[in-house]
Amino acid sequence: MTATTPALPEDSARRGLLKAGVALLGAGAFARALSPLLDAKPITSLAGFLQGHYKELTTIEKKAMFKRLEAETKKDYGADVTIGDWPAEPGVQFAYALNLSICIGCRKCSEACHEENNHDRPSGNSYIRVLEMEQGSMDLERGNTTYDHAVPAPGKYYMPVQCQQCENAPCVKVCPVEATWQEQDGIVVVDYNWCIGCRYCEAACPYHARRFNWKKPEIAAAEINPNQGYLSNRIRPQGVVEKCHFCLHRTRQGRLPACLEACPTGARVFGNVLDQDSEIRWVLNNKRVFVLKEELGTRPRFFYFFDK
Amino acid sequence: MSAPTPATAPAGLTSPESGHWRNYPRFLWNLVKLATDGSLTFYAWMTVLTAIAAVGLHSWTTQFTQGMIHTHMTDQVSWGLYIANFTFSVGLAAGAVMMVIPAYLYHDDEMHDLTIIGELLAVAAISMCLMFVVVDLGRPDRFWHMIPLIGRFHWPISMLTWDVLVLNGYLVLNLHICGYLLYMRFLGRRPNPKWYVPFVFLSIFWAISIHTVTAFLYSGLGGRPFWNTAILAPRFIVSAFVTGPAFILATLFFLRRFAGLHIGDGPVKTLTRVLQVTLPIDLFMVGSEVFTEFYTGGSHVSAAQYLYFGLHGKSALVPWIWTAIAFNVTAALLLARGDVHERPKRLLAACSLAFAGVWIEKGMGLIIPGFVPSTLHELVEYKPSLLEWQVTAGVWAAGLLVFSAALKVGLPVLRGQLAESHQATKVEEHAAVVEGP
Repeated sequence: MTATTPALPEDSARRGLLKAGVALLGAGAFARALSPLLDAKPITSLAGFLQGHYKELTTIEKKAMFKRLEAETKKDYGADVTIGDWPAEPGVQFAYALNLSICIGCRKCSEACHEENNHDRPSGNSYIRVLEMEQGSMDLERGNTTYDHAVPAPGKYYMPVQCQQCENAPCVKVCPVEATWQEQDGIVVVDYNWCIGCRYCEAACPYHARRFNWKKPEIAAAEINPNQGYLSNRIRPQGVVEKCHFCLHRTRQGRLPACLEACPTGARVFGNVLDQDSEIRWVLNNKRVFVLKEELGTRPRFFYFFDK
Repeated sequence: MSAPTPATAPAGLTSPESGHWRNYPRFLWNLVKLATDGSLTFYAWMTVLTAIAAVGLHSWTTQFTQGMIHTHMTDQVSWGLYIANFTFSVGLAAGAVMMVIPAYLYHDDEMHDLTIIGELLAVAAISMCLMFVVVDLGRPDRFWHMIPLIGRFHWPISMLTWDVLVLNGYLVLNLHICGYLLYMRFLGRRPNPKWYVPFVFLSIFWAISIHTVTAFLYSGLGGRPFWNTAILAPRFIVSAFVTGPAFILATLFFLRRFAGLHIGDGPVKTLTRVLQVTLPIDLFMVGSEVFTEFYTGGSHVSAAQYLYFGLHGKSALVPWIWTAIAFNVTAALLLARGDVHERPKRLLAACSLAFAGVWIEKGMGLIIPGFVPSTLHELVEYKPSLLEWQVTAGVWAAGLLVFSAALKVGLPVLRGQLAESHQATKVEEHAAVVEGP
């Protein structure tokens, strides 16, 4: 440990010089270690860094922020887009139902999601995963998501899984910074500009509904869907979590989710359960519906049923 | 390198009386000077650690700017080597302080010397925990979102916010204890027990809380049956009682070998006793888990099946977990001899094996099977990328840097200090201590 005998002057001078040299070397190594910071584009602007939580912004602040994000998209991706914001309407409770008897596992829904929501192109990301299940089993373990043959295959049925928009959502519970929450109409959203990327929600979700942006999404300008929502399909920043939002930029304006429109068999039913005349209401009233992993108490608002 | 007399402060660590605002910066400056002055061995050790830390920093900066695509984590296995090491470091930090419980339970005064080593290790291990969390974040630039009052702190609902609170609280607590004792030494004053003894007791309870909360991070997730077990928190605590003493025993060995610093045989014996009990309990708990999983069967067994034997031809973790079991069983056997505390090399071997064994069992062996198979039962395997290993080695090197510097500065001073304040009781009880509890 430390020498307790007094050092000779020359000795301490030599030591001082040595220390200075080592400190200089250390500083050089430190600067070299940080060099990737200089090579790359900054991952956030100052305004982006200082931006507050979505729920704390005034309408004016939001407008300015959307303008800034539109400009950033133009700069980074070369596309003219409009980023909007549609609050949840009172008297609306969205729910989704899927008819397993007629789903053929074509993955058209998954593709439509990929395009509608400006997903990263190289990874083929989508919020929907389709499981090929064995007839006679509800055991997900015997399902297969990577099937690659003509569908429907004999002896199989197909179960698309996406965010179940749980009433008691484990992902919302675990988020340390309230970057994800359930809206009045039941849709669980993410503020991509607030998420810190800890991925605790990804660990908590029992339905593998969440995706992480392992890098900045890549998408050609021509393929970008320009009608974007702040809490939905705008191009996500690097390093944050995203998920299915029931296409809220469409559904809150009276349209249907992209996955539903793409379904060739009509297996998907979407709507406002508070509307007595809606198809979803009819399905929930008349079909023997079930939810996935009911025993976990997550209370999904995504239902499945068999017709025959 | 000569061993300092315990009661004298090292050169440059005394000061005349004047205001704290003046003394405190000078005190800090003295710490820096002390920490950067030493033998060639010390310089060599610190240089190697700095170099590894710099490599880690470079890799992390690459990951930060280009994205976590450079790791091998996926949406299926969304936590990997970083969180595995985080979990283990929390255990190390907790174990470092919990192992002083015998000192108070059995009035073992020689163990008080170890309190300080424990607190310093806790500081270093907690720094590692915080670093491992930061390197695992996709957006570390948004770290401020988690700061209470400025950001939006989802407390008390999110277990992660509890972890942030207890980990930082623990860091502050241990920094206070060590810092206060050092500063009093610098001022040449006798520390007032009122200002540190209650905090030492608090830090012992706090140590249990940090590891409990960390276990709750995982055990509270219903969608992950492998983690969703009530035994997780007790298992974490028991394995912390393995890693803490094992690391301290190894530290004592190296301090004696390379720094000529000898700490009494009493504490070595006590810590060995602790290990002799906790390591078999840890193995027992793992065994209970294994029984419950495999005897019950069904789909819940698939993660354990994957971990221990491989599933559908995928078996990346099998060599890891069997290595861990072999290490822990060997360590337990090495420790089974009554006179092991008198055989330093055998003891060091046992400690190293137990440390590495728990590192695997509670790190990769716990985190990864939570994700394999995924919640939709996809079988995606995970092997850390080179960059992840570099960042992880960097954090460990940084932690060891903190620990080495802290020991370098703190140990001679604080040991003397504590020895002084316990002088009276020590003389009286010395005979009893040598006999051991």
